[in-house]
Amino acid sequence: MDWAILLEKAILILAVVTVSLVIAMYATWAERKVAAVIQDRRGPNRAGPFGLLQPVADGLKLFMKEEIIPNSSSKFLFIAGPALAMITALMTSAVIPWGPAVNLFGRDINLQIADINIGMLYVFGVVSLGVYGIMIGGWASNNKFSLLAAIRGASQMISYELAMGLCLIAVLMLTGSLRLSVIVGEQIGGLWNVVYQPLGFMIFFVCALAECNRTPFDLPEAENELNFGYHQEYSSMKLGFYLFAEYINMFISGVVMSTLYFGGYDIPFVNEAQWGNAWWVGLVGFGVLMAKALFFVFVFMWIRWTIPRFRYDQLMNLGWKGLIPLALLNMVATAVVILLLNK
Amino acid sequence: MGITPILFWVLSTMALFSALMVITSKNPVHSVIWLILVFFAISGHYLLLNAQFLAIVNIIVYAGAIMVLFLYVLMLMDLKKEMEPQKNRWLKIAGAVAGGSLLLVLVAALKKADIGKDIAETRMGDIGLIENLGRILFTDFVVPFEISSILFLSAMVGAVMIGKKE
Repeated sequence: MDWAILLEKAILILAVVTVSLVIAMYATWAERKVAAVIQDRRGPNRAGPFGLLQPVADGLKLFMKEEIIPNSSSKFLFIAGPALAMITALMTSAVIPWGPAVNLFGRDINLQIADINIGMLYVFGVVSLGVYGIMIGGWASNNKFSLLAAIRGASQMISYELAMGLCLIAVLMLTGSLRLSVIVGEQIGGLWNVVYQPLGFMIFFVCALAECNRTPFDLPEAENELNFGYHQEYSSMKLGFYLFAEYINMFISGVVMSTLYFGGYDIPFVNEAQWGNAWWVGLVGFGVLMAKALFFVFVFMWIRWTIPRFRYDQLMNLGWKGLIPLALLNMVATAVVILLLNK
Repeated sequence: MGITPILFWVLSTMALFSALMVITSKNPVHSVIWLILVFFAISGHYLLLNAQFLAIVNIIVYAGAIMVLFLYVLMLMDLKKEMEPQKNRWLKIAGAVAGGSLLLVLVAALKKADIGKDIAETRMGDIGLIENLGRILFTDFVVPFEISSILFLSAMVGAVMIGKKE
């Protein structure tokens, strides 16, 4: 076996996970700053310049808090819940092309952990597993509010996964490959997918909001109905993991949307292929992808502080009677146009 | 020993152990979670055979959708009591006889089959990749494929009809 490639992948995995965690950490800070700007306040400004040390202080506080495991809970599953939420949040990053291939130390390094044949299905598979963290945690708490919230979360995620999958099928028909590297490559060569799939992107975006449990779809943690939602019995860093996983999910879904619809690491109107494959080209591509993803994270926050929460029946109506028929229509229309144009 | 046999033994042990735990767990929710582990181990086996599409679809459909619904139903039922209702003794004997006969038939079928000849091709062969699988499904096996899709549709309509019944 080639040890160099093993080392390369290990470093890449470490880098990607670290970047995701740091970005999620500062997304909590950014969330409060965005909320402050929208509500005409100052936001966190005590710890460090601009309150930049606030996430560190919060993390320290969460670690120091007393850890409580309810007596009547199912102990192993109670601990497994937040761990599963964290793992499924981080797993998607494995198939994302984070930048163009670069040449470093005389080796061609692909800035993608695994360029698998089924990349898009892998993303979908991980998304469909994301529900277990909430369900297992909510059930193991042995609290009726947690259980109700977990069941709400599960039904919401299953409902919105369907429309999301239908949008993915339209993208698949457009590019003819499930490989995310091919999807990005086609968009670099031609137009971005969002030009062909504006409706598909809108549906995907709404579904991403629902899958991340963000407002207006944050019914699993609707505190005025369910006290605190599925993580009511959690304390200390286990609670932190649940809250943190939500921010990682937000960041990763921003990355997935940029990759599928907005050209990934492509810089618009610039032919970066002629720059060769020096290390800084990879860094620029990575930076561009980050900029796109962080813009989506910002939009997520913007929506959170603008729109109130849906009622449960409104949520189900939108999912099953609104988005799924629209997504089906989008899929059929895409298929017909591709057939007529012989693309 | 190469990496493939090691993975094979790890996955097989995991699959068999989890399958045993599915039927021996007292708590039905624990059983479902063990069953999810079984599906992951089986998907791992598919990956060893380079059937990537089958592996991920197994995860999406079984682990990601069907098992979630199982959990959903089990969590809504009050199954906190670890005691199962005791079945009739004759029912238990009948069950043991029926299960034993099935085991006998399976073992007999395996004994006749020439297993040594069919060695699994690990990490090669591309029949499991999505392009080839799709082409075969829509050319050679188009009739069974369409029939199974009609079966799915009728199951869906049936589920909606049952759900609509007041």
